[in-house]
Amino acid sequence: MTKTLLALALAVALGTAHAAEGVSQAQFKALEARMAQLEADAKAARADAAKARAEAEAAQAEVARLKGASTANVAAPAAPTPGGSAATSAPAAADTSDLAANDDLAVPDDTASAAAPAPVATGESNDNVASADGGGSSSNPNAFNPAISIILNGSYTHHSLDPANYIRAGFPIVGEGGPAPDGFSLGESEISFAANIDEKFYGQLTLTAASENGQDHIGVEEAFIDTTALPAGWNMRLGRFYSNIGYLNSHHAHTDNFFDRPLAYQAFLGNQYGDDGVQVRWVAPTSLFFEVGGEAFRGESYPAAGAGHGGVGTKTLFAHVGGDVGDENEWLAGVSALRTSAIGGEDGFTGDGTLYIVDGTWKWAPQGNFKDGGLTLRSEYMIDHRDGTVVDAADPSVVFDWSGKRRGAYAEAVYRINRQWDVGYRFDRLWAANDGPFASDTDPTRHTIEATWRNSEFSLFRLQLSHDKPNAVDTDNAVTVQYQTSLGAHGAHKF
Amino acid sequence: MKSLLMSAVLLAGAVAAPAQAKMRVFACEPEWGSLVHELAGDKVDVDVGTSALQDVHVIEAKPSLIAKVRAADMVVCTGAELEVGWLPQLIRQSGNTKVASGPGYFEAAKQVKTLEKPSALDRANGDVHPDGNPHIQMDPRRVLIVAQRLDARLAQLDPSNAAAYQQNLTNFQNRWRAAMVRWKAQAAPLVGRKVVVHHISWVYLWDWLGMQQIGALEPKPGVPPTSAHLASLIATTKSANTLAIVRAAYQDPKPADWLADRTGVPAVTLPLTVGGDAQSKDLFGLFDSTISKLLKVAK
Repeated sequence: MTKTLLALALAVALGTAHAAEGVSQAQFKALEARMAQLEADAKAARADAAKARAEAEAAQAEVARLKGASTANVAAPAAPTPGGSAATSAPAAADTSDLAANDDLAVPDDTASAAAPAPVATGESNDNVASADGGGSSSNPNAFNPAISIILNGSYTHHSLDPANYIRAGFPIVGEGGPAPDGFSLGESEISFAANIDEKFYGQLTLTAASENGQDHIGVEEAFIDTTALPAGWNMRLGRFYSNIGYLNSHHAHTDNFFDRPLAYQAFLGNQYGDDGVQVRWVAPTSLFFEVGGEAFRGESYPAAGAGHGGVGTKTLFAHVGGDVGDENEWLAGVSALRTSAIGGEDGFTGDGTLYIVDGTWKWAPQGNFKDGGLTLRSEYMIDHRDGTVVDAADPSVVFDWSGKRRGAYAEAVYRINRQWDVGYRFDRLWAANDGPFASDTDPTRHTIEATWRNSEFSLFRLQLSHDKPNAVDTDNAVTVQYQTSLGAHGAHKF
Repeated sequence: MKSLLMSAVLLAGAVAAPAQAKMRVFACEPEWGSLVHELAGDKVDVDVGTSALQDVHVIEAKPSLIAKVRAADMVVCTGAELEVGWLPQLIRQSGNTKVASGPGYFEAAKQVKTLEKPSALDRANGDVHPDGNPHIQMDPRRVLIVAQRLDARLAQLDPSNAAAYQQNLTNFQNRWRAAMVRWKAQAAPLVGRKVVVHHISWVYLWDWLGMQQIGALEPKPGVPPTSAHLASLIATTKSANTLAIVRAAYQDPKPADWLADRTGVPAVTLPLTVGGDAQSKDLFGLFDSTISKLLKVAK
C-alpha cells in the first residue's frame, strides 16, 4: 500500500507514469500486456474508432476496479493532470465543435515531399484565410526566384591625420587594408542572391557597389555553389568565396561589431581573404561542434599574388570547435593556416608566406537571449611567416632577400545593453619585424570604442571613435558615423 | 586554456558514437520536443534547441546547435519563418542532408492553416511572416493535427517502431481530446474577454477560446515597446473591461508592468511553451497553467 501511494505521489508530482514503473513493476506488466492487447484490437478496428475507444474505456474501468480507484491516474500512462482520470474516461465525448473544426484547420499532408525553403503546399490551402491580392506563393511565377538581400551601408568619417599620409610602420598598406576615406562614403553596399539550385546544390551571388576616386565599381564579392547532398557531414564549396580561416574572415562586414576590420586583418589579409577556389569541410558527429576543412584558391589577391603553382597559389587548413556552458554561455575557437605563394605581391614580396591564426569567441547572455543582452568577447592572434624577396618600393631595381616573421592581434568586448543598444571596445596591435625590408622599432597600436543603436534587426546606426598610432610620429584620431540596413530576404547569420 | 581545449576536442572525438541505434530528433522549440516525447516515448532521443526563456525569433546559430543538428535524423520545428534567422544556417553549417529536406524536415506550421497571413509584405509593418503567425502551439486543435502528421512522419522514418508510434498517438489523442473538453469547459468564463499582449504570440489561443486581442505592447511585431506607444494604449486598455495584459515568460516584464500600474489591469505572465513555468512540464501542463492563470485574473 505504501508502495502504491508512493507510486501515485511520484506520478502526480512528475506528471508522468514512467516514474511509477520501477515501483510497481508487477502491476504494470499485467497492465501493459492488457494495453498491448487492446491496442492490437484498436488497430484491427481502426475503421470503427468509436468501438475501439469504448474498449479502452472498458479496460480503464477494469484497471480501476483491479487496482482501486486511487491508482487510476497511473493506469492512464503519462496522464499528467490532476483531473486526468476523470477526463480520460470520456474521450468519445470530446467537444464536437472543436473536433469538427479540425478538418478546416489542417492543410493537405505533405509528408515526405517537403523541401526546406519551398512552402508549396501552404500557398494554395491558405487562400481562403489570406487575402488573395499580391499572388499566392504557389501560383506566383516569382516563387522560384532566389532570396534577395540588399545591404545598404554608408558612413561619414573624419580623420585627424589625412589618410593619404597614413603610414603603418612595418606594414605596407595592402588590399582594402587602409584607413577609411575622409568624409562621406558609401562604403560597401551589397546585394546578395541565394537559393537552392536543385536537390544537390545551393548557390549564392553577392555583388558589391563601391566607389574609388569617384568611379563606381560593381564587384563580385562572392559567387559560389555549395553541395547539399554529400553524406556524413561533408560539404563542398566551389567558386569565389571568403576563406573560412580565423573568425572574422568568413563573415561579411555587415555582421561585424565595429565599422572597420582589426589591424591584423588589414595588415595580413588586406582586410579579408576571398578568392576563386574550392573548399572541403567536414563536421564531426560529436556532441561538441567540431569542423575541419581545407581550401585551395587561385592565389590572386593579397597576401597571394600572381596565381602561382599553375593557378593554385593559396591553400588553407582550418579547424573550429565550439559548444555551450550551461544555457547562458557559448564559445567557439579555431586554428587556421593559410599558405600562399606570391609573385610580385602588392607589398613587393615574391616568395612563400604562411599565416597562422588562432581565434576565440565567448558569448554570455542572460538565459541565452543573445539579442537582448550580454557580453561578447573575441580575440584573434596572427603570425605571418615570409620567405622570399622584396622589391624596394623606392627603387625597383633593388631587391632584398627576406625571411622573417610579423605578428598581430586584436581583442574586443561588446556589451549588449538591450535589443537596441550595444557598446564595444577593441584593442589592436601589430608587431613589426626586427630586421629585413619592413623592419620597424615601433609597433602600430589602436584603441577603438563604438556604440550601436538598432531600430530593428534590419537597421542600425553606429558611432565609432578610434585612436590610432600607426607609426612613431603620427596619431590618427577618427570619428565615424555609420548606417547599415538590410532589405529583402531575412538572412540567417553565422554565430 | 589551449591544452584544455585540445583535450576537449580529443574527448569529443573519442566519445563520438557514429552508429546510433535510436533515431535522434532535433526540436527547435520545447513544445515540439514535448510532442515528440508523447508520440515516441523512449524510441527516440530528443534534443531541444531553445528554452521557454528564450525568444525563438532571434536565436543565434550557435556551435552547440550545429552539433545537435548534425547528429539529428529529423528536425521538428515550427516553420512559417519563425526560425528563419537561424535554422537554415544550422542546417547548412551542419552538412546533414537527412534533415535538409524531405521526410527528415518537419514544419508544424505547414500542417495547419495559419492565421494573420499578411496581404501585403512590408517590413514597415514590423517582422511579419509571409506564411502567417507562426505561434500555432497555443491552439490544441492545431496541436492535435500536428501530432497526427508528426506521428505519420516518425513512422515513415522509423518503420520498425511504427506500431509503437501508432499506439502512442492513439493514447495521446484520447487524453488530448478529453483535456480539450475540460479546458474548454474551464475557460467558459473567458469567452469574449479582451486582452492586451506584449507580442502577438497568442492569436491561436484567443481564436480557440473565443477571446479578443485589443492591443499589443510592441508597436509593430518584433519592435520593442516604446513609451509613446505604451502611453497610447492606456485609454484602450482601461475602457474595454480588459481582462489582462499578457506577456510570455521570456519577455521583459517592465512594459507590461508599466501599463498595469497605470490602468489597474493585471499583467499576467503565461508560459507560451513547455517549461515556461513550473506547471508547464509538458503540453498538458502548458494549457492547464495557461488557462488557470487567465482564470485567476478573471475572478
